[in-house]
Amino acid sequence: MLDGFSAETLARVQFAFTVSFHIIFPAFSIGLASYLAVLNGLWIKTRDETYLNLFNYWKKIFAVAFGMGVVSGIVMSYQFGTNWSVFSDKAGPVVGPLMAYEVMSAFFLEAGFLGIMLFGREKVGERLHMFATAMVAIGTLMSATWILAVNSWMQTPQGYSIAANGQFVPEDWLAIIFSPSFPYRLVHMVLAAYLTVAFVVAAVSALHLLRDKTDKESRRAFSMAMWMAVLVTPIQIFAGDMHGINTLEHQPVKVAAMEGHFDSHGDNQPLALFGVPNAETGQLDYALEVPYLGSLILTHSLNGQIKGLNEFPKSEWPPLTIVFFSFRVMVGIGFAMLGLGLWGAWARWKSKLYDWTWLHRAAVVMGPAGFIAVLAGWITTEVGRQPYTVYGLLRTADSLAPVQAPAVATSLMAFVVVYFFVFGAGTFYVLRMMNKRPATPKLGLRDGPIRSAGLTPVTQTHPDAMPGE
Amino acid sequence: MSLEFELLAFIWAGLIAFAVLVYVILDGFDLGLGILFPFARSEGDRDLMMNSVAPVWDGNETWLVLGGGGLFAVFPLAYAIIMPALYMPITLMLLALIFRGVSFEYRWRTKRWKRVWDWAFFGGSTLAAFCQGIALGALVQGIEVTERAYSGGWFDWLTPFSILAGFAVVVGYALLGATWLVLKTEGDIQLQMRGYAWYLGAGTLALIALVSIITPFLEPVYFHRWFNLPGSLWSMIVPILMLGLAWSFFTGLNDGKDLRPFLSALGFFMVSFVGIGISFYPMMVPPNLTIWQVAAPEKSLAFALVGAAILIPIILAYTAYAYWVFRGKMDPSKGYH
Ligand code: HDD
Ligand code: HEM
Ligand code: HEM
Repeated sequence: MLDGFSAETLARVQFAFTVSFHIIFPAFSIGLASYLAVLNGLWIKTRDETYLNLFNYWKKIFAVAFGMGVVSGIVMSYQFGTNWSVFSDKAGPVVGPLMAYEVMSAFFLEAGFLGIMLFGREKVGERLHMFATAMVAIGTLMSATWILAVNSWMQTPQGYSIAANGQFVPEDWLAIIFSPSFPYRLVHMVLAAYLTVAFVVAAVSALHLLRDKTDKESRRAFSMAMWMAVLVTPIQIFAGDMHGINTLEHQPVKVAAMEGHFDSHGDNQPLALFGVPNAETGQLDYALEVPYLGSLILTHSLNGQIKGLNEFPKSEWPPLTIVFFSFRVMVGIGFAMLGLGLWGAWARWKSKLYDWTWLHRAAVVMGPAGFIAVLAGWITTEVGRQPYTVYGLLRTADSLAPVQAPAVATSLMAFVVVYFFVFGAGTFYVLRMMNKRPATPKLGLRDGPIRSAGLTPVTQTHPDAMPGE
Repeated sequence: MSLEFELLAFIWAGLIAFAVLVYVILDGFDLGLGILFPFARSEGDRDLMMNSVAPVWDGNETWLVLGGGGLFAVFPLAYAIIMPALYMPITLMLLALIFRGVSFEYRWRTKRWKRVWDWAFFGGSTLAAFCQGIALGALVQGIEVTERAYSGGWFDWLTPFSILAGFAVVVGYALLGATWLVLKTEGDIQLQMRGYAWYLGAGTLALIALVSIITPFLEPVYFHRWFNLPGSLWSMIVPILMLGLAWSFFTGLNDGKDLRPFLSALGFFMVSFVGIGISFYPMMVPPNLTIWQVAAPEKSLAFALVGAAILIPIILAYTAYAYWVFRGKMDPSKGYH
């Protein structure tokens, strides 16, 4: 079925496929872990049952998403060796220790305290349970920090030397960890995770508000999420802008591809709102452009100089169409998020936050927006740094493992089938849970007095199971 | 090669071996439960089995990530050679771990498909164990290397010996699972598992013996190691330790002890592991590459070791704490979820 494709192409497709699935879950669990810690903290502080109900509700959803994140992540960490072994051999001395730190300081922390967070409230008491919940949240943030340090070094390498055997040798660990793009990427990604969750929470609460405006939990959660939307989205747009300026400095070809700039315009670079990059002719077809805006955004001055693609050899160009469009999808969603956030703020000001059904409908529609933006952003970043894995130093084509094409074709097909089946089912379960009201006793049965009311048959050791499903 | 480099690489080889051993014994009983899953007599028993590891399985599996990630960090060349050589078994293991990993949550989220995820749990656990055995067997047999890369085919791992090792690991993990349940449960299910433990214990010992007898004949290096002084001292001590453990295991079962069979079964694994270490040392990728040939530069080893020295003790402490929180016999009337 996949005959005729080279092992390299297949390995790239497999990596892109598996990592794209993976990143969806971390984006959700980084944000949700912090949200859960906040909810639990508020419950302990105020003793308001609404927070506890919300905590228990999102906790169950978190558990399913987290499980999917773990298993898809393990695949990633082994795939470096199975499919990109030359990369592993050469870059291992630099990026390997960072990933080892990720395992030791983040994955163990999450995994070690997850059990207590999910099942241990009664066993360890409120204080330790709160501690465990915070540790899980911190673990997810540490994980993001280390893996982004790895990725940023691959994008903007520094602090290394190259040995006779071709290996990168670390010279300055601080320089490696704090590579030029790292701070921008970290801020941008963590905010992306928070926004992703804010919009999911907003959508779920809006759905329940559409059914019942008086639902206490949904009102509280919707309000929290709308605060996040209006406060964090502008920061994210600002961070993205700074990120872009940083990329212009270190990866000008990538920015030229994102912007669709073929020719250098000297000092009045237009901004392309739309167009179709044509690598053959070296032009942006059907371009819809705003003069000067490109210079203004990227250099923050009306006549900043920007290099176009035509100043670089074609062998250095990333695939143009993907980068150009994925970037626009992300930015478009960023502004849509800002729009919803402002709308929510206006509704709040008018004291109509829980009443405007069109606002709620829009929030439901925007529920998956964060995931799409995260994917689009990563595609921009990763496709945009092609044809290199370690930017400017190690080409993707030279990173490949000595595995035959049929082996990769087989594994790729297996991953596709298994991922769609397994993660499809998981997504279905998550959506079904979201379809229940946050205070649904069935979802949080174990924490309520239902057992004493005699509703639980003795054999039903798992009270969350939903009858008839 | 400086002395520091040699020492650092040696310490790291020990640490990676330690991570793999901890993985094998922790995830061993956890995968073992999955292997025994279809033999449970009731829905309630299955729930109980799964709940006995639900709070800790993720932590157990993280040791696998440390084993792989650690290899990448400090022995990148070994990682770069072994992974492509074991492409198929590793990929299958990863897929299997996906199925079993998600079933911990999925099976509580559906009624109609609960059975599907029960089977996924069993199938995933069994296949993952089998693939781990195959990987071990293939590694013991040796890997073909040219310059800095694997140079064999994509089915080199498939041999009668690696299949045998695969079975040995499945039976051994099932033994760990059974003895873990003897420790964690009471009543009928405990009785049932105690019964299984007899057969699984005997099976495990027989398979370990078979693998150990074949191994020295696979590579002249191994043969020398075991049948020349001072190596032959080991070839005395290792089997004697095994016999002692076997005695402790069977008498423990017989006397109705709860903990001793589990500990003795863990002992089987530890001693076998030491045995493999004796065959391998100082090879990292048998038969040709030593620890020092595949190690990362000194700066990488030192930097990673600082983290390991601080963090691994902390990890062990809170892992122990998590086990402590969920200690004791399982209460069937309490669902963890
Ligand atoms: C909720 C998610 C989200 C939103 C609303 C935005 N982004 Fe973003 N963007 C990401 C999620 C993201 C991401 C997934 O997090 C990326 C991929 C890698 C990274 O660090 O962030 C990313 C990458 C990324 C890059 C590539 C940097 C590189 O070369 O590595 C740029 C230039 C921007 N973003 C700029 C923006 C701008 C100008 C936005 C304004 C609307 C914006 N992003 C909104
Ligand atoms: C931060 C951790 C990450 C690392 C270390 C990393 C590393 C890599 C490597 C080594 C490649 C080269 C292989 C190839 O070309 O396929 C690659 C490509 C790619 N990555 Fe990433 N990646 C990371 C995160 C992500 C994320 C989160 C996504 C989300 C979707 C992503 C999307 C892609 C895509 C789509 C490609 C394929 C590009 C192409 O082949 O043209 N990456 N990445
Ligand atoms: C290609 C690069 C990547 C690799 C090799 C990788 C590896 C892994 C592994 C092995 C796990 C499971 C850990 C466990 O057992 O608990 C995991 C989970 C996780 N990863 Fe990744 N990962 C990659 C990309 C990313 C990125 C880009 C982020 C975020 C910025 C991220 C954040 C997380 C988080 C927070 C978890 C915890 C589980 C979850 O959130 O569901 N990873 N990853």
